[in-house]
Amino acid sequence: MSQENNSMAGFNTSSYKLPNTSLWQKLSHKLQKNWKSAVIFIPFFWLLLFFLAPFFIVLKISLSEATIASPPYLPMVSWLDEGIVQIKIVIDNFAYLWEDDLYVDTYINSVRIAGVSTFICLLLGYPIAYAIVRAPQTTKNILLLLIILPFWTSFLLRVYAWIGLLSDQGSINDLLLYIGIIDEPIRLLYTQFAVYVGIVYTYLPFMILPLYANMEKLDLTLLEAASDLGSKPFTTFLTVTLPLTIPGIIAGSLLVFIPATGEYVIPDLLGGGNVLMIGRVLYNEFAANFDWPVASAVAIALLLVLVLPMMLYQRIQAQEVEAKQ
Amino acid sequence: MSQQDSYIDRPWMDPEAEPFIKIQGITKHFDDFIAVDNIDLEIYKGELFSLLGGSGCGKTTLLRMLAGFETPSAGRIFIDGIDMTDIPPYQRPVNMMFQSYALFPHMSVEKNIAYGLNRDGIDKHEVKKRVEEILEMVELGPFGKRKPHQLSGGQRQRVALARALVKRPKVLLLDEPLGALDKRLREQTQFELMNIQSELGITFVVVTHDQEEAMTLSTRIAVMDTGRFVQTGTPTEIYEYPESRLIASFIGNTNIFEGRITKNSADHVTVRAKNPECDIRIDHGSSVPEGTKVWVSVRPEKIKLSNTPPVTKAPNQLRGIVSNIGYLGRLSTYHVKVEGDTNIEVTSPNQIRPKDGAHAFDWDDEVFLSWDDSSAAVLTK
Repeated sequence: MSQENNSMAGFNTSSYKLPNTSLWQKLSHKLQKNWKSAVIFIPFFWLLLFFLAPFFIVLKISLSEATIASPPYLPMVSWLDEGIVQIKIVIDNFAYLWEDDLYVDTYINSVRIAGVSTFICLLLGYPIAYAIVRAPQTTKNILLLLIILPFWTSFLLRVYAWIGLLSDQGSINDLLLYIGIIDEPIRLLYTQFAVYVGIVYTYLPFMILPLYANMEKLDLTLLEAASDLGSKPFTTFLTVTLPLTIPGIIAGSLLVFIPATGEYVIPDLLGGGNVLMIGRVLYNEFAANFDWPVASAVAIALLLVLVLPMMLYQRIQAQEVEAKQ
Repeated sequence: MSQQDSYIDRPWMDPEAEPFIKIQGITKHFDDFIAVDNIDLEIYKGELFSLLGGSGCGKTTLLRMLAGFETPSAGRIFIDGIDMTDIPPYQRPVNMMFQSYALFPHMSVEKNIAYGLNRDGIDKHEVKKRVEEILEMVELGPFGKRKPHQLSGGQRQRVALARALVKRPKVLLLDEPLGALDKRLREQTQFELMNIQSELGITFVVVTHDQEEAMTLSTRIAVMDTGRFVQTGTPTEIYEYPESRLIASFIGNTNIFEGRITKNSADHVTVRAKNPECDIRIDHGSSVPEGTKVWVSVRPEKIKLSNTPPVTKAPNQLRGIVSNIGYLGRLSTYHVKVEGDTNIEVTSPNQIRPKDGAHAFDWDDEVFLSWDDSSAAVLTK
């Protein structure tokens, strides 16, 4: 009996298991085939949830009408009587930005400060990245660590430290007075200069790291080949090194330029009221004026200012690649 | 024929010829490591000189010192009578073809080739003309506008060669010029290189680890090991008259017998080999006195195989059993186990097609080996 049972059980399980396993195999095969897309999907889902969704909320607010309430704007979609849906899109906020010189000037000022800072970062960061690439392996790791080291201290703390350095009674003025170069303290803090110092100091690693990553791939025998063909070191730099490191320059510049344009803390702490950048205007609209729609419009306009040139650049690049093929 | 004429292809034999490249006591240290150890070398105009050796033997370092990428720790380098030791690479009349080709990836083939000419400030039309000429020579006429990544390995190799040749250097340095090519392309390119070299009369210095490449290309070869020259000579000299076991086994395959000189007369030497015990007669004299321990090299292709025993007993004879056969098509390699459990390698050309797949010598056949007095070479180290 038991034997019969066993054989029956054996028969049963095998006959039932077969489709089960094949289903499982199919599933796991599909999973294996799709695991790459799954891996990509997770971060995309994250960005969708916490970047794209808030963006659309901000976009919606920027197209709404301000009011004194909580939240301080009128809903875009409202139900009227008799089941009619009213959608009200207000572009006044954007028109207001365009008409008021304050905003236009602030945008221009932000882009200019960010642009100049990016250029200074490039001038400083390029030779540093190059030196790190050419350093011996053990030194290389130490140098890279030193580049990342400032991140171990709070960003805010480091900016405050600059106040201590730049103020009228600060270390720099003390030193200059002591040496005797100046007779009375020079004004460093709350100037555009201080803002440049702060931005360049803070964002320099973001320039160096992508440049380093790009230069690391540069085949040094190409430089030898250029030299062998009669090229002096500086000509080699212009004709070989520079063109081949352009991707690194672009990546580093974008990483510095984009956050620097919207920078709030540095101009606020080091520039005081004297340097107006878009981050501060945005904060004022949002926190002081409590005008969420205009604040949102400022944010959206900033995004356009930053994204449009990038898209244009990408398009030109794509066209170039196509033309090559 | 005058004495002078006979030196045309062998300028190193001519006592009056002035060497084109003179390397004097060149040494290169990297920290504690001695890459090149006190080397002297003279290379003559129009030579195709090969530096041959395994990896880490210092051949590339020596080449890089000729190009100017490495500064010698000691010694001088003269090219065409001018001291080049302290002259930077971009001022040397020397061009190099890199092992990786080192083509500029962001420039077209034309621009790569024109690069060196433009640095010399040569007139635009002249540059264009010379680029076109050299592209024709390396048969890449239609590829001028392409980028390096759009070319095959063989085409890239030719661009690299064209780029190095277009400046008409006094010396062309080639670092493993054929290393990245497949076998068929390599053989074809070898002959192209030789044709170009003899056409242009430029002195070539080639670094290679491939002994076959060195043998076919070179007028002379310097075999390097641990930073020194082990032997310098023509391919024939190095192959037929190796001076040491290292050379004999590095260049081609060989059988090495250990033994002692039993008779040393003016025109021949007899060596009593042990393991297998046999007498080996060599038809050239040796400076080593009788009784000295020496080694004898006998190349596999110089040994004759036979099914029948020799009529008379003489030196240079062995008896054995075929233990392994490698059929390579044009020739076969046999391993013959002789007395003392030693395997002797013999190669013989397959002149007759085997009938029904049966080879002239089969596994476990008893065979008789013999070779000529002129076949063996005495090695003293």
